[in-house]
Amino acid sequence: MPDGAASDRPIALSRPPSDEIKTSTCYMCACRCGIRVHLRNGQLRYIEGNPDHPVNRGVLCAKGSAGIMNQLSPAKLRKPLKRVGPRGSGNFVEIEWEEALSIAAERLGKIRAEDPRKLAFFTGRDQSQALTGWWASQFGTPNHAAHGGFCSVNMAAAGLYTLGGAFWEFGEPDWEQTKLFLLFGVAEDHDSNPIKMGLARLKERGAKIVSINPVRSGYSAIADEWIGITPGSDGLFVLSLCRELLRAGKVDIDFLGKFSNAPQLVIDAKGTAQHGLIARDEEGRALVWDRKENTAVPFPGTNGLPAMTGRYTLADGREVVPAFELVARRLDEEAYAPEAVAERCGIAPETIRRLAAELAEAAFEDAPVREETWEDGWGRQHRQVVGRPVAAHGMRGISAHSNGFHTCRAIHILQLLLGAVDRPGAWRYKPPFPRPTPPGQKPTGKPHQVVPGKPMPGPPLGFVTGPEDLLLDGEGKPQRIDKAYSWEAPIAAHGLMHMVITNAWKADPYPIDTLFLYMANMAWNSSMNTGGMHAMLTDKDPVSGEYKIPFIIYADAFASETVNYADLILPDTTYLERWDCISLLDRPICDAHSAADAIRQPILTPDRDVRPFQTVLLDLGARLGLPGMVDDSGAPRYPGGYADYIVNHERKPGVGPLAGFRGPDGKGRGRGAVNPRQLDAYIENGCFWREEIPAEAQHHRFANQAYLDWATEMGFIESPAPIMLQLYSEVQQRFRLAAEGHGEIQPPEDLRGRIGKAFDPLPTWYSLLEDESNDDSAYPLRGITQRPMAMYHSWHSQNAWLRQIHAANRLYIPRAVAEAQDIADDDWVWAVSRHGRIKAQVRVMLALNDKTVWTWNAIGKRAGAWGLDPGAPEATRGFLLNHLIDELLPEQGGYRFSNSDPVTGQAAWYDLRLKVVKMTPDEALDAARASEPTLNPLPGMGKGPSRLLFEGGKEEAS
Amino acid sequence: MHPAPSVIAFTALSGAGYGLLFLLGLGTILRFAWADSRWVMGVGLFVALALVIIGLLASTQHLRRPERAWRAFSQWRSSWLSREGVFALLTFVPAGLLFLSAPLVGSSGWFPWLCALLALVGAAATVFATAMIYRSLKPIRQWHHPKVVPVYLLLGLGTGAALLTVVLSFHAGVRTAAIVGAFVLLAAWAVKWLYWRDIDQAESSATMETATGLGAIGKVRMLEPPHTEENYLLSEMGYRVARKHAEKLRHLALGLVAASIFLLLLTAAVGSGWGAMLIGWAAALTALASAALERWLFFAEATHTVTLYYGRAA
Amino acid sequence: MTSLPKEQPAKRLGLVIDLDTCVGCQACVVNCKEWNTGGYPAPLSDLDPYGAEPRGAWLNRVHAFEVEPEEGAPQVVHFPKSCLHCEDALCVTVCPTGASYKRQADGIVLVDEDRCMGCGLCAWACPYGAREMDPGVGVMKKCTLCIDRIYNQALPEEERQPACVRTCPASARHFGDLADPESDVSKLVAERDGMALMPELGYRPTNRYLPPRPRRDGRGADKPKALEPAEPQGGFLAWVDRLLAD
Ligand SMILES: Nc1nc2c(c(=O)[nH]1)N[C@H]1C(S)=C(S)[C@@H](COP(=O)(O)OP(=O)(O)OC[C@H]3O[C@@H](n4cnc5c(=O)[nH]c(N)nc54)[C@H](O)[C@@H]3O)O[C@H]1N2
Ligand SMILES: Nc1nc2c(c(=O)[nH]1)N[C@H]1C(S)=C(S)[C@@H](COP(=O)(O)OP(=O)(O)OC[C@H]3O[C@@H](n4cnc5c(=O)[nH]c(N)nc54)[C@H](O)[C@@H]3O)O[C@H]1N2
Ligand code: SF4
Ligand code: SF4
Ligand code: SF4
Ligand code: SF4
Ligand code: SF4
Ligand SMILES: [Mo]
Repeated sequence: MPDGAASDRPIALSRPPSDEIKTSTCYMCACRCGIRVHLRNGQLRYIEGNPDHPVNRGVLCAKGSAGIMNQLSPAKLRKPLKRVGPRGSGNFVEIEWEEALSIAAERLGKIRAEDPRKLAFFTGRDQSQALTGWWASQFGTPNHAAHGGFCSVNMAAAGLYTLGGAFWEFGEPDWEQTKLFLLFGVAEDHDSNPIKMGLARLKERGAKIVSINPVRSGYSAIADEWIGITPGSDGLFVLSLCRELLRAGKVDIDFLGKFSNAPQLVIDAKGTAQHGLIARDEEGRALVWDRKENTAVPFPGTNGLPAMTGRYTLADGREVVPAFELVARRLDEEAYAPEAVAERCGIAPETIRRLAAELAEAAFEDAPVREETWEDGWGRQHRQVVGRPVAAHGMRGISAHSNGFHTCRAIHILQLLLGAVDRPGAWRYKPPFPRPTPPGQKPTGKPHQVVPGKPMPGPPLGFVTGPEDLLLDGEGKPQRIDKAYSWEAPIAAHGLMHMVITNAWKADPYPIDTLFLYMANMAWNSSMNTGGMHAMLTDKDPVSGEYKIPFIIYADAFASETVNYADLILPDTTYLERWDCISLLDRPICDAHSAADAIRQPILTPDRDVRPFQTVLLDLGARLGLPGMVDDSGAPRYPGGYADYIVNHERKPGVGPLAGFRGPDGKGRGRGAVNPRQLDAYIENGCFWREEIPAEAQHHRFANQAYLDWATEMGFIESPAPIMLQLYSEVQQRFRLAAEGHGEIQPPEDLRGRIGKAFDPLPTWYSLLEDESNDDSAYPLRGITQRPMAMYHSWHSQNAWLRQIHAANRLYIPRAVAEAQDIADDDWVWAVSRHGRIKAQVRVMLALNDKTVWTWNAIGKRAGAWGLDPGAPEATRGFLLNHLIDELLPEQGGYRFSNSDPVTGQAAWYDLRLKVVKMTPDEALDAARASEPTLNPLPGMGKGPSRLLFEGGKEEAS
Repeated sequence: MHPAPSVIAFTALSGAGYGLLFLLGLGTILRFAWADSRWVMGVGLFVALALVIIGLLASTQHLRRPERAWRAFSQWRSSWLSREGVFALLTFVPAGLLFLSAPLVGSSGWFPWLCALLALVGAAATVFATAMIYRSLKPIRQWHHPKVVPVYLLLGLGTGAALLTVVLSFHAGVRTAAIVGAFVLLAAWAVKWLYWRDIDQAESSATMETATGLGAIGKVRMLEPPHTEENYLLSEMGYRVARKHAEKLRHLALGLVAASIFLLLLTAAVGSGWGAMLIGWAAALTALASAALERWLFFAEATHTVTLYYGRAA
Repeated sequence: MTSLPKEQPAKRLGLVIDLDTCVGCQACVVNCKEWNTGGYPAPLSDLDPYGAEPRGAWLNRVHAFEVEPEEGAPQVVHFPKSCLHCEDALCVTVCPTGASYKRQADGIVLVDEDRCMGCGLCAWACPYGAREMDPGVGVMKKCTLCIDRIYNQALPEEERQPACVRTCPASARHFGDLADPESDVSKLVAERDGMALMPELGYRPTNRYLPPRPRRDGRGADKPKALEPAEPQGGFLAWVDRLLAD
């Protein structure tokens, strides 16, 4: 635009914004957008989205735009700290790194030599799980997991066991072609910017967005239709949709018969160890019924589609039924009729019927068809690529419930019935997915795999396919401290981080010595029963006088609540001060069209005595002499720290943390020799690498030979074998059979019922475990949280800009409740659950399910934490819902199960039941004050300036 | 609107000052007997100018960058605040000359006559400009109102007259001054009373529906503010006085005027002397107090359309 | 000078904000602060940033409202608000110092901070709350339409857009010349009945808001045709058999 300002006052219009621009990857949340960081006089001036970056294509969210204030934060840790006072008193002294590292190395060395299980190493929001998991197995402890267990393992597990991919970040809707988009329980999600960009694209194209969510805010606010469902009932709603579609014959039989296990023959032999398993030939190939030859043949059969219904007898006399018939009969049950589910879901039957009709219309009426021949993994030629423009996405609203696994599976069943998986217009995989259903990697940590002084033969986390894969000790008791892969949480693909402190404190299944935490605020927003956590963390054994959890090491970058409860603190750098890699071996940033990974480069040098945690971890590993971290001479293998590891580490020959610019010439993609100049190549390319998937390989990827070959070549999958979509879940049946008394490994008596109910090969729904112990009259309401788009968990209260948007949170209550109890906006109430009560200031909301209250997550803070004034609104008027959530269910037969999904161990945050009670006038009078004692300031930590006059490199904050 | 003490003091005091100046000017022009008394003119003008100066100084307290106040004289073409400044400045010239000349040449002759005329006009114009600053603000319906200007002018004149009564305590003119004062105050508060009735009845033309443009969909209510803590907009324009509280203060104000009117009439009755001096003072102070109270309510009862965006009526 | 431009400005640059796609993410709010605290109006200061009463100067704020239609579910609308660069900008004419002015060239309303005495009168004169006094330096701050971006020769052509527009992940913000009927923004306004806020006050804002599109909850004409049982007798499974039979 030309400057027509001649007649106006002169303004310096063309001042260069900065004197230097560096690219990197944002880390104000886990979305991993590309950024361009402007520097002026060596100071941060402006952070903007990188227009070339595949994730955000130039946009930047509120958090990302506040990166500058994270860097200026007075809450940054400055130097390693050692606890001197009693734990929790906040009395620390600053120590040198050498002392810190030798304290840790000595302690951990002893543990490793005696019993490696006594180290529990758990990490939270980090993006280096490929490193931390590897480190844990090299150390030899099975007790490692990242935050996935309390995050969305239900999503991941249901997806990976059903489709070989998942919602979460493992797939995305076809924003360009879908006509109808169902969004289940999402407020923000990890794909923070991509989802917003996608929704905008749908709006632009006039596609319909339906949001299923008790609360209408954010994405739901702009949705064309809002279904204000009652929490925990989505499974019913979805299965009811499936039922309506089935009865109307609006299902893609052809797709199911060709690509899913729907036609596979399920053995019907009640009471035997074979019942419900899939019939296989001697080579282990699943059998289907050839309708022409009238005989069982290996999948997929030759004469067109095999039988999908009926009952057949195999040569050996076994009775079999195609899986599809079983699924259909289940869905046909009256329990899933719209009328039957309406009340529980809070959705009118006619709405369910109409939505089913809309789904059918969108999926089958003039679906996009492309003339294109392609071959599938069973050698079948296809002459067309048929689209199914119906897409779904879901996240924690589905997964953070004790019935989340099956609810999420129900959504995948709906996708399968419509044939809306990885086809044009449908939900589509992001590389490196799809993977086999489930992926081949089994968890390691069985007793014989845990040997003092030795690494474990594999990674701690993986995917079980039957009871034989569980990690149990001799008596069938849990082998991991979080009880993952035990009968309490058999498919705990991400562990149960939310149970570590409780179990360690109870020494159940066994005592540990050191709890090593990284980037997880376990003493606050990432634990349930927050008050209880503080008690357990500080509780001592009356006899020995020792802490029940003897030693706690914590690596954080800011003065979080958890820092206060640690014994040794390893201060980390900020995301602008270190190398990082966003690896395909970890949580990928790919999109449906391409594979991608990225790096962070140090843009500023720390002004404090802090070190990048990954470098510290490698240093510790070397001090402990962990295999892979030292060379044959015992010297550190990666003296250059994490950057050294990123470039030179190889997981398998040719496969390293970064897939781009491999090989001596930097031309290798996926697999390839180490390239010493790899990081430079990334920086030259804007700190990311992106490889477009060949066009012919971008659909039906579970079976598309072109894709399977490409993915194998890239090293994403072991072999180019097709991936079977699991309409019917044999894995589920294996655990159910064990519960029914079959097989070597069976659950203890008192768990048979629980397993038998929770494990079901067919689509199912059961009520929330919390509901079994809460009668509606006592706690009539459901309590949930939402992510505020401008705050990341507990991180950003120390951010001068973001906290001006959310310095305190309200409890949003439905109008019905407000009127019934004569509560008005701004009134103070008690929120009461079976576990406790907290104070909250309310705001009445109309667009809210009338059985639900909610608040923004993790805004409330402990007074004195996060470098804030103890009188900060975060502590005085803010509150943390976690105080009300019990990490344990009420006692059943002398035992208290964890508040988790019985299938995966996913933390059931959103099962919370509560009531609100209006405060008396004098209670309300001093409601606005911190309810817990103030934390002590950390040594060397300033109060922060009383005013900020930040000019981005022109003037210092005064 | 936030009732800033500085602005209240400014408008009330300078208002009275200009009112007194106006009357002194008038006396000079119409050749009232007391206008010949150098003593009366001297003291009168001194009090008037002192009040004006104190008021103006108070008003600069309201500025975040007072060192740049001089720039405020530049925009008289468009800005009533600027005009007020200019008028105030111009008025000092004749008023000052009158003050200086009175002891020497007295107030007879063409020169004092001219100064008095200019000072009178200037005083009226300045108060008028002050009133217009508020009168012209559309977002604040209680200010953007035809009765605002008359109230400002009449109150200035009334309080000025009350002060003149004091100045004339030992002069025959005290009777007329007191009676005039009583009647002007009566008039001022009559208009104010009608003003109150208006703003209590009137509905704001701007509503949450028009402010957001969402009225076509339905009734609008605030769900979440953009910031959880107070900001400039709210502390400056979000101020709200409780209905009941305002009522009380209105009555108090009316009580005070009633008192000062009564006292003025009493002064008129007793006539010049120490009595007049004492009662006159009481009358003047109650009048000023009621004026200050009126000004406080003028702000506190004013609502700004920005509050619509925060879910409150305007 | 604080008299408004004599003749109609040649251009009327402004923003068009789409209430149908704004998800209330606050990206525009923070990115605006970030750009401008180091740009033309630098600094946008913050008081008590880590204390009990944090408050700073921002040029853009996002509110959230609930709207209750006669029938159908209540709606939530996220509502960004910055200076609307009004044609009859009272904020300009009331300014006694000449600090506030409206540009002849493009209608952008600016504060010349070196002249501002911090009296706050212009903020009183703005019905929309688009002006905020800087708590640190005591001068008035307001949206500059990123004047130091949109004309900035030091930036590549495609980047000469307001910071808030570039950063909005939902493409809910559009920038352009509303005087030119052929501009994209003018077309958007025409297609979607772009609204002016509080027209009754007669400020004639340049910025326009695109109203939320009617929700599609089956009330309207978009009803699909109801599903029929696949096979009245014999039920669904019989239908599948028939399907496979032929
Ligand atoms: N009520 C309720 N509770 C919940 C949830 C909910 O929805 N409702 N959500 C759950 C979910 S899904 C999750 S993932 C967890 C998240 O909870 P956590 O995993 O605990 O994540 P945060 O609390 O955001 O961050 C943990 C710590 O990371 C630190 N940190 C930030 N940047 C860095 C860095 O660069 N280096 C290092 N070393 N540390 C850094 C922060 O200071 C913070 O103390 O919360 C869970 N808790
Ligand atoms: N800005 C920001 N972005 C984040 C995070 C953050 O803290 N801040 N956290 C990151 C992390 S760790 C994660 S795991 C993701 C989580 O991303 P999301 O899944 O979006 O997390 P939530 O905010 O918990 O959203 C849960 C939604 O489900 C709804 N809900 C609750 N119960 C039910 C139910 O039973 N049924 C249905 N249909 N809906 C329900 C809630 O109202 C809420 O809208 O976000 C990531 N992105
Ligand atoms: S979503 Fe925001 S915070 Fe997260 S990475 Fe992207 S820009 Fe950064
Ligand atoms: S950035 Fe866009 S979507 Fe986000 S609040 Fe601003 S206008 Fe709305
Ligand atoms: S929105 Fe307010 S500040 Fe902007 S031009 Fe209009 S009146 Fe002036
Ligand atoms: S605050 Fe500054 S810009 Fe606003 S009216 Fe006063 S002098 Fe003018
Ligand atoms: S145009 Fe520039 S100054 Fe105005 S709101 Fe957008 S970012 Fe802020
Ligand atoms: Mo999470």
